[in-house]
Amino acid sequence: MHRLDPRSKFILMLGFFVSSLMFTNIFALLIVFVMQVPIVLVAKTVKRWLQSMRGVAIYGGFIFIMNMIFGTSLVQSIAFSIRFLAVVSAFSLFFMTTSADDLGLALEQIHAPYSIAFTFTTAVRLVPTMAVDAQTVVDAQRSRGLELDKGNFMKRIRNYVPILIPLIISAIRRSVELAEALEARAFGATEKRTSIVTLKMRPADYFVIIATAIGLGFAVYVYLHVPLPNPVIPIQLPRISWPNFRTGFTG
Amino acid sequence: MENVSISIEKGEFVILTGPSGCGKTTLCRCLNGLIPNFYSGDLTGDLEVDGLNVSGKTTAELASHVGFVFQNPENQLFSLSVERDVGFGLENMGVPREEAIERVQWAMRATGIFDLREKAPYELSGGQQQRAAIAGILAMRPKILVLDEPTSFLDPKSAEEIVAVIAKLSHDIGLTTLLVEHRLDIVSRYANRVIVMDRGRVELNGAPSEVYNDRARLIGVGLPRVTMLFHLLRTEGFDVTNPITVEQASDDLRRLLTK
Amino acid sequence: MISIQNVTFHYPDGLDVLQGVNLELRDGEFVAIMGENGAGKTTLVKMFNGLLKPDKGIVTVDGIDTRKKSVAQLSRDVGLIFQNPDNQLFAETVAQELAFSLRNFGFSEDVIERRVTSILNTLDLERYEKSSPFVLSGGERKRVALGAILVWDPKHVIMDEPTIGQDYLQKDRLRNFIMQLVSQGKTVIIVTHDVEFVAECKPRVVLLSHGKVIGDGSATTILTNSSLVKQASLVLPQISILMKNLADLGAPSEIIDAYSAKDFVVARMREKAEAHARPLKS
Repeated sequence: MHRLDPRSKFILMLGFFVSSLMFTNIFALLIVFVMQVPIVLVAKTVKRWLQSMRGVAIYGGFIFIMNMIFGTSLVQSIAFSIRFLAVVSAFSLFFMTTSADDLGLALEQIHAPYSIAFTFTTAVRLVPTMAVDAQTVVDAQRSRGLELDKGNFMKRIRNYVPILIPLIISAIRRSVELAEALEARAFGATEKRTSIVTLKMRPADYFVIIATAIGLGFAVYVYLHVPLPNPVIPIQLPRISWPNFRTGFTG
Repeated sequence: MENVSISIEKGEFVILTGPSGCGKTTLCRCLNGLIPNFYSGDLTGDLEVDGLNVSGKTTAELASHVGFVFQNPENQLFSLSVERDVGFGLENMGVPREEAIERVQWAMRATGIFDLREKAPYELSGGQQQRAAIAGILAMRPKILVLDEPTSFLDPKSAEEIVAVIAKLSHDIGLTTLLVEHRLDIVSRYANRVIVMDRGRVELNGAPSEVYNDRARLIGVGLPRVTMLFHLLRTEGFDVTNPITVEQASDDLRRLLTK
Repeated sequence: MISIQNVTFHYPDGLDVLQGVNLELRDGEFVAIMGENGAGKTTLVKMFNGLLKPDKGIVTVDGIDTRKKSVAQLSRDVGLIFQNPDNQLFAETVAQELAFSLRNFGFSEDVIERRVTSILNTLDLERYEKSSPFVLSGGERKRVALGAILVWDPKHVIMDEPTIGQDYLQKDRLRNFIMQLVSQGKTVIIVTHDVEFVAECKPRVVLLSHGKVIGDGSATTILTNSSLVKQASLVLPQISILMKNLADLGAPSEIIDAYSAKDFVVARMREKAEAHARPLKS
């Protein structure tokens, strides 16, 4: 899964994304969501996927509650939550199985401007470095008696000034050094950059693309022609007469 | 810098040293165009590098003539794999793919990092990172190599190893090398010449054994400890030589004690 | 006294950085903790002021388990000076930078003023009192960072790689300053891989390699031990190699700095001169 071309993975993700947005029926959405699970298993990223699902579970719950409050049926509210999870899961799957470098390469090969691909790869590359920097700054200031967990709200915000300033300054210094080094590697010498590593689509990639196309085609057919069961559980919050926000407050 | 005039012959291995703020960092950044293109200021005088007049040329143009290795290995590696990083400069220059791949392989073997080619830069030790940086510069085939305190962040063993690699490469390829360093105990054995700067001026310029004298010491240059020993003996009135390496010092001291 | 008993520590990503380390640092001792990059030196000293707590084992500072105190509380007695001053400078003026820790610790304003003035004086930074720390040179910023910790006069002082990027004159000044701190009775711990620097001030040397203590003794004992030095990715001091090369001529193996070596040579030459002047009576 990790070795697939990022472009084919992107198409796969797009397939799940479009399917999720298309359907409102709870069974269809459940199927779209559950179909991602075997892919997660094949990619062997179960733990991380579960972590990201846990992370957005709150938002899923929030969507459920908001829908219920505004009068949507119980079943439909659950369906919308599942739709949200399905979309997040699809994106999550893509980013978990695609390295930043591959993404950068993909951007290059679809002829996005090089500066964008490079900015992206560099930003990703710098994340762990800056995380270490941030920790060092926090350690250094704590060693000078700074207590980040004490004080009222205003005090706590002010306490972050000695953290942010050195971080920003060292980020700037680092940028200058990186820029110098880029110049020394002839960055920007010519518009016609070559690439020593290229992404190649392999049979597995074509298989994924075709499978996604078929799946998506099937989904569209189902959406248009197949009536899906719509279970009704008669639990609803009492209908509150909300003002019609579009036409104004009419009685 | 003030009134600096030096010339370095093809193939020479030159050390540039001096106390902090003496201008050595400024000087080497003039050689590849970072001054005045990247850093503004007033630059007057003529500067000729690899037969080219530097003024009016961008750093990118000069990059294939003058390679520059910086102090901090972390901030000169860009890609998420060593192999891609070594090829980065070639990609920027638009070198055709097959040639680029060949040059990258050669550079990685020459610096001894071929086995690390698939690792990410942050997985490497400081010494390995510097080798990767050097490989990336070598792949661009410059005739001149400038290194600005490349051993600053390395432990003594890695520092010795990397300087040995640089010296061997310079010798094998015929690279003209300018190495800015404080740690003279490590680099002296390889130097044809040592240039000492102080407060923007060139104060000393010659073979190490000539330059490691009292004046260098007073300027604040950190002489190799064995050289320092012989200086102390000279102060005590002994008529002694001026060794610059431990081997020379061992021979000289043996001769002195058994005379 | 700082006591490390059977301490094991690993970072969340799994690497065991310290394995069963045992160490006792007495009050007023001067110690150098040395080893290759990644040996665990910085991790170890971060335990002395509580930034890190051991997974197994116990670290006590002046008798109290570091787990029982906050970093701020421990820092009152243990001053940790980080390697890169740019990771901590943030204030508008140098004076404010120096006052930062004193304010955190709750000193009164007049005490703060007094102490800041005093440290500016000691570190030769008076003319920068109202300057922004960011316009100072690298060496000056390092002095400000040093001052920012010493301003509250901690009992134990730890310096993490104080010699990196310093030229010879700066190192000389640093060495003198460290000896001053030692003479004031402070415990001074330096984390470094600068063998020549250590050879010249001769502290107790603790060698770390791969998270374990592989050597602990005087500088002259440890820094002359080729196999230990090699294991810790260090090099022997130049003078030590010189003495070893001339061992057959009686060169003492415990000499590791140029001044002691000079004394030895001078003494030897004097002996020789006397032997010549007084031929053996037959």
